[in-house]
Amino acid sequence: MSDTGIGASVKRVEDLRFLTGNGNYTDDINRPGQSHAWLLRSPHAHAKINAIDTSKAEAAEGVLAVLTGADMAADGVGGLPCGWQIHSKDGEPMAEPAHPPLAVDKVRHVGDQVAIVIAETRDAARDAAELIEVDYTVLDAVTDMDTALAGKTLVHDDVPNNRCFDWEIGDKDAVDEAFAKADKVVSIDLSNNRLIPNAMEPRAAISDFDRTTGRYTLYTTTQNPHVIRLLMGAFVLQIPEHKLRVVAPDVGGGFGSKIFHYAEEAILTWAAAKVNRPIKWTAERTESFMTDAHGRDHETHAELALDGDGKFLGLRVATKANLGAYLSTFGSSVPTYLYATLLAGVYTTPAIYAEVQTVFTNTVPVDAYRGAGRPECTYLLERLVTKAARETGLDPAEIRKRNMIQPDQYPYQTPVALQYDCGDVPASFESALKAADYDGFEKRRADAEKNGKLRGIGISTYVEACGIAPSAVAGALGARAGLYESAQVRVHPTGSVTVYTGTHSHGQGHETTFAQLVSESFGIPADQVEVSHGDTDQVQFGMGTYGSRSLAVGGPAILKACNKVIDKAKKIAAHIMEADVSDIEFADGKFTVAGTDKEMAFGEVSLAAYVPHNYPIEEIEPGLDENAFYDPLNFSFPGGAHICEVEVDPDTGDVEVVNFTAVDDVGRVVNPMIVEGQVHGGLAQGVGQAVLEGCVYDDDGQLLTGSYMDYTMPRADDLPSFSVATQSVMGASNPLEVKGVGEVGAIGSPPAVINAILDALAPLGVEDISMPATSHKVWQAIQASSVRQAAE
Amino acid sequence: MPTVSMTVNGKTVSADVEPRTLLVQYLREHLGLTGTHVGCDTSQCGACVVHMNGESLKSCTILAAQAEGADVTTIEGLANGDELHPMQEAFRENHGLQCGFCTPGMVMSALDLVQKNPDPSEREVREWLEGNLCRCTGYHNIVKSILAGAEALRG
Repeated sequence: MSDTGIGASVKRVEDLRFLTGNGNYTDDINRPGQSHAWLLRSPHAHAKINAIDTSKAEAAEGVLAVLTGADMAADGVGGLPCGWQIHSKDGEPMAEPAHPPLAVDKVRHVGDQVAIVIAETRDAARDAAELIEVDYTVLDAVTDMDTALAGKTLVHDDVPNNRCFDWEIGDKDAVDEAFAKADKVVSIDLSNNRLIPNAMEPRAAISDFDRTTGRYTLYTTTQNPHVIRLLMGAFVLQIPEHKLRVVAPDVGGGFGSKIFHYAEEAILTWAAAKVNRPIKWTAERTESFMTDAHGRDHETHAELALDGDGKFLGLRVATKANLGAYLSTFGSSVPTYLYATLLAGVYTTPAIYAEVQTVFTNTVPVDAYRGAGRPECTYLLERLVTKAARETGLDPAEIRKRNMIQPDQYPYQTPVALQYDCGDVPASFESALKAADYDGFEKRRADAEKNGKLRGIGISTYVEACGIAPSAVAGALGARAGLYESAQVRVHPTGSVTVYTGTHSHGQGHETTFAQLVSESFGIPADQVEVSHGDTDQVQFGMGTYGSRSLAVGGPAILKACNKVIDKAKKIAAHIMEADVSDIEFADGKFTVAGTDKEMAFGEVSLAAYVPHNYPIEEIEPGLDENAFYDPLNFSFPGGAHICEVEVDPDTGDVEVVNFTAVDDVGRVVNPMIVEGQVHGGLAQGVGQAVLEGCVYDDDGQLLTGSYMDYTMPRADDLPSFSVATQSVMGASNPLEVKGVGEVGAIGSPPAVINAILDALAPLGVEDISMPATSHKVWQAIQASSVRQAAE
Repeated sequence: MPTVSMTVNGKTVSADVEPRTLLVQYLREHLGLTGTHVGCDTSQCGACVVHMNGESLKSCTILAAQAEGADVTTIEGLANGDELHPMQEAFRENHGLQCGFCTPGMVMSALDLVQKNPDPSEREVREWLEGNLCRCTGYHNIVKSILAGAEALRG
């Protein structure tokens, strides 16, 4: 076996270029003859466009063109499509209002695109944009969901009550029965705060059009170049795939926000043919805040029915989810199939019913952000279960243990569609309790008290679903795409390998991890393997990277292609070594004939495949280059336990996360170093959601958190060093036995933090706090509680 | 357009630029040194940190013209041929980067920390990084990398 195979912490091949300033991000690329774009955006949350006068801007120095939604409409450009259709309870399909890339009749959120200016320089384009005169009639804006549902102000005139759909899952009658026989009902109302993803690289794009071939090229900061090619080509611009190349070069983080087909991509591609020049656009951070799809934003009421022993009998959930002004690419799937199907969590709750209303508002569209639906679900469950522990007098660990799915219950059919394939949450929970020294906590609490601090501990256990598939099931649930993944494994004549993957890496280290898979499979060092991704001209159709799918779905595709290579190579080796193919064995990079000392190295067989002099040419073709597509049998189900300890300063409300322990079951671990890094990053985003981050709109729909001076990103001194470990049951739904790790940190952590804060504040009588639990909010909660207690 | 000259990574450079050109634009757009990144427009993120006359500085906060005659080092100026600078090597060894976008600023900022404080504590590293945002790593391995890089540089 190669020492760069599965399980080795191989150092990343990506790092050399990033550490020396040689990364190749979209804004680093310049095309010959390139022009520059600036987008004029709406300053209003909701306004009617009466007229746009572009004449002064067009006359400005260096300006090549000023184009508006009317120009796009005149060219028959389509709207931005949604990739997942949801049906309401009554069977009606969701409302899908028009989403023109450049606004036509109305603007619907601050930052909505109104016009594009293309000029010789970015500064010239920006200066000229200020000369465009837009005659707006400002309309009332609606930002909160209840007001939106009242329907007085309509974001889209053709969507009554601003309701996109009203969906349900589960057995309502069974839940009603469970509540009727319950000894105890615990209820909770909570919101899951709206987040702004903030990948450090702002979105950017460069479009190019070659008149001689009629081909378009788009460089763009996307997580899924083929999906962009398909959506933009087929639905928006009517460009067939062979005339459209989409390249996602190095991409500086995504976290979901770079999955979606954004208006700028279509506007730039369309405009490149109009001005006959390449066009570059790079978002300023302020534009990122105003136009990158936001995440979360749920309001939920939930009730849990328990028997006298603290066993869960039923769960009833009603959620309102904010979609923003338009349906983003996967906006409809996040608060439905990625959320409510996980409501069993790690528990044996036998009856579950959830209803979800989704609402249009005059805010930035909301879509998948690291975790996408599963953090919302986990937050709800783990807050509710902790509240149930408090109200029943059970320890928060004990109530969880009484209700956890046991290892012998897998495969476990939940009441909300999913069937968990495998897992052992009790084991990872025990490990986490031990690693966090749960039993020794009261002493630490007492020590903190001596220092004037309130210390609390909070638990979260979770299961999540990755690698959405099989395609047929996703299709039956409304997905308008397949969810397989592709790989091409091209063995070169001398035995080195290039792998083409349909996934895309934007920080995850695929170039390293995927090379390890090939190293393991072929018994060659990982540095003999190059991984290529991101260019639709090079790579076969693939679905890209999101939902922690790359290793769980893309990995088996690579493995499958490797196995095809080995099968073919065995035939070549059998011919050359004059043996029956059934006697050929392959291990450690060598083909051997069983029972003999005959052997051929991997590179010798590959050379024979490309120099087929002594070759079974009538039986097989020359070459060693195989394709595979892999469509999984089921989702994979990572899970685990997160335990957080905080200290609160009662005088200032300041919360310090002092310890964070995560034990996650991610299935087989290919590169432990990368896996730990993925968990760290997810935890930081989860802690950020819990105590720092929150998007705020005022009543007029102005985004108050539109810069890093207003939106609190987690900084190094906000976070502790994390204690992370994996404790895995090998995955049962794919041949690599992997489950996915990209999102677990962000899914498990927010309720652990909030539960810890509430535990710390419990002696003061504080029973609830919302995310983000900023020091101001914690201080207010302490004051309100002390006033209340004094009054009592 | 005024001509702005300075020394960048040991070489004398000169370019005619609009007066409003920022140092980071001068580096990226006029010199093609795209290792220095722009992650925000409010001087918060630190992706653009370079050294000017030996001190770390956010190159989006000053005009190119203000750097006239200065000695500037960017991420491209650190490695010695194929040999990484010990701080770069520490980041590689400790998985201190993921997407790589904040990385040049992190490394340049870390180097200024260790020249001012050769043996920083974890807390001091975390506080120093106040002006550098990372969305991928949770800072865990960046802090580890900087502590390891500081140790390597102490020899």
